[in-house]
Amino acid sequence: MSDRIFAALWLAFCAAVGWMAWQIEAPISYEPIGPRAYPLLLAGTMAAATFWLLLKPDREPDWPAGPMKAKAAVLFGAFLAYALAFEWLGFPLSTALATVAVGRLFAGGWVPCIAGGTGLGVGLWFFFDKLLDVTLPLGRLFTGT
Amino acid sequence: MDSLGHLAQGFVVAAKPINLLVALLGSFIGTVVGLLPGLGPINGVAILLPIAFAMKLPPETALILLAAVYIGCEYGGRISSILLNIPGDAGALMTALDGYPMAKNGLAGVALSISAWSSFVGSVIATLGLALFAPILAKWALSFGPAEYFVLMVFAICCLAGMVGDRPVKTLIAALTGLLMSTVGIDAGSGVYRFTFGDVHLSDGIQFIVVVIGLFSVSEMLVMLEQSHAGQTVIKATGRAMFNLKEMADTWWGTVRSSVIGFVIGVLPGAGATIASAITYMVEKNLTDREGTFGKGDVRGVAAPEAANNSAAHGAFIPMLTLGVPGSGTTAVMVGALTLYNITPGPLLFEQQPDLVWGLIASMFIGNVMLLVMNIPMVGLFARMLHVPNWLLVPAIAAVSFVGVYAVHATTFDLVLMVALGIVGWFLRKLGFPMAPLILGFVLGDMMEQNLRRALSISDGHPAILFQSTVSITLWVLAALVLVAPFLVRRWSARRAGKGGGSAIMG
Repeated sequence: MSDRIFAALWLAFCAAVGWMAWQIEAPISYEPIGPRAYPLLLAGTMAAATFWLLLKPDREPDWPAGPMKAKAAVLFGAFLAYALAFEWLGFPLSTALATVAVGRLFAGGWVPCIAGGTGLGVGLWFFFDKLLDVTLPLGRLFTGT
Repeated sequence: MDSLGHLAQGFVVAAKPINLLVALLGSFIGTVVGLLPGLGPINGVAILLPIAFAMKLPPETALILLAAVYIGCEYGGRISSILLNIPGDAGALMTALDGYPMAKNGLAGVALSISAWSSFVGSVIATLGLALFAPILAKWALSFGPAEYFVLMVFAICCLAGMVGDRPVKTLIAALTGLLMSTVGIDAGSGVYRFTFGDVHLSDGIQFIVVVIGLFSVSEMLVMLEQSHAGQTVIKATGRAMFNLKEMADTWWGTVRSSVIGFVIGVLPGAGATIASAITYMVEKNLTDREGTFGKGDVRGVAAPEAANNSAAHGAFIPMLTLGVPGSGTTAVMVGALTLYNITPGPLLFEQQPDLVWGLIASMFIGNVMLLVMNIPMVGLFARMLHVPNWLLVPAIAAVSFVGVYAVHATTFDLVLMVALGIVGWFLRKLGFPMAPLILGFVLGDMMEQNLRRALSISDGHPAILFQSTVSITLWVLAALVLVAPFLVRRWSARRAGKGGGSAIMG
């Protein structure tokens, strides 16, 4: 069933891509094949393959059960928050916070998670920014830029 | 011999202090990345690439670093296979079959040392093969026109569809998705924006580091959350730490055989270390397993797949360096690395960048000696890293992944895109779509389109040009064969199994 739902969604996606690709038009073209053909070719081939999947789906994959579903959603949310906070709060602080959130999900204790988060945030910042010269943000909130 | 002179020149490059240091560092990082379950060569290489770029390492040094990490992973993967019964990376899957029983029988030290030795033998044989065959193939590939290149890439994708995953159609959809993602951004031929939705961040395309780290690292962490390895205990390596001469003699020919087979499989586009180790394990089992000891802790069952996965990893460099068409997900990332440095991999690489190519090959010899030294006397140090708890390991992987993506363009947009791709990748993996073909498609996509359009420009739009030369016709036939062969093998083995006996493991 999951395969069928996916295939249906993916067919819609192929159609959308095909429709968008159809509207690509080169103002000046020196070649016989413009920018439109290749995406159309790919979308068409993919639609055919997806149609095949719709007809012959696989067995149901094992989706995570109830509590695991919630945990996966929290992990995803934590990563998203980390991504959004990265420049705003800066690398050290956002990494420390993300470590506490993710570490708790992986059954770490409060104290070790906070200690580990602080260590990772500060340690990795020094390692990358100072030692390896990979510039990392310190936080727009604090530096005002 | 022309190659010998070049190789000597390569050793001069590889022996520069910075390159030696980087090879040592890469070997160490690679072993660690390889042994940690959940982190494979593709993540390791993808995370390090932008960091190497941000550190402004020269291209040959960056490539030596990435190659050392890749090879180190193939060494490191066996440690967790043997001590934990969980392969550290996909290529070490087969090593667990005999390695873990050996460890349970108190022979962990022997299993670890013999597998390091066979890894080394496999690597050296494959590196010799690389030095020998790559220049020949590169010279031959110089005659390829755009039509031949296009067909070659079709062949590479068909190889993937035929060999990776259980459902060719899913592999095909994954590869096509990758190809389609590569069309986002400004079209090189006409300057038209495609699929950018007017967003400035997408105008020069989706960053491929973002795709790789999102699809592999982020989705891998979601997978790790599901399968917590709590309750798994690491076996202490006790007893003899070194294999004896008898064990070495017992495994020698199997190791050499597996190295050669692994090398050939590695050269084929699409097939990689995982397939090589599975095939050689079956070959050795059929050839030498008279007493039925394979799977119960036979030292030959440890040596063969380890030799094969290492030689396959080295073999995968051949199509990447000579044709610019990567043979595995990890070498696809390295093609991306070269592109970041504005170096187009392909047959001209051997003429235009001899220092880069031969320095890389020479550094493989040096790196493997370093890895052998690290992986026999120092294996205890690495084994201890298996005790790092997930609550610390996962945030650390996350932080380093974020740094890697941020190092490319320094935008929040890329970070959010990476997380979004991670969740999409997780769903796709759950549904049984392999991720490596998607990456390969993404890396090949642009080259494939340009070659197709160039070929059709030459012929003024007639598709017949794609079927004209002997090379392209041969490649079309081979592409059809690799697509059909697995079906035939499956049907054949099903029939054999139906008659009683026989195994249908390959499929």
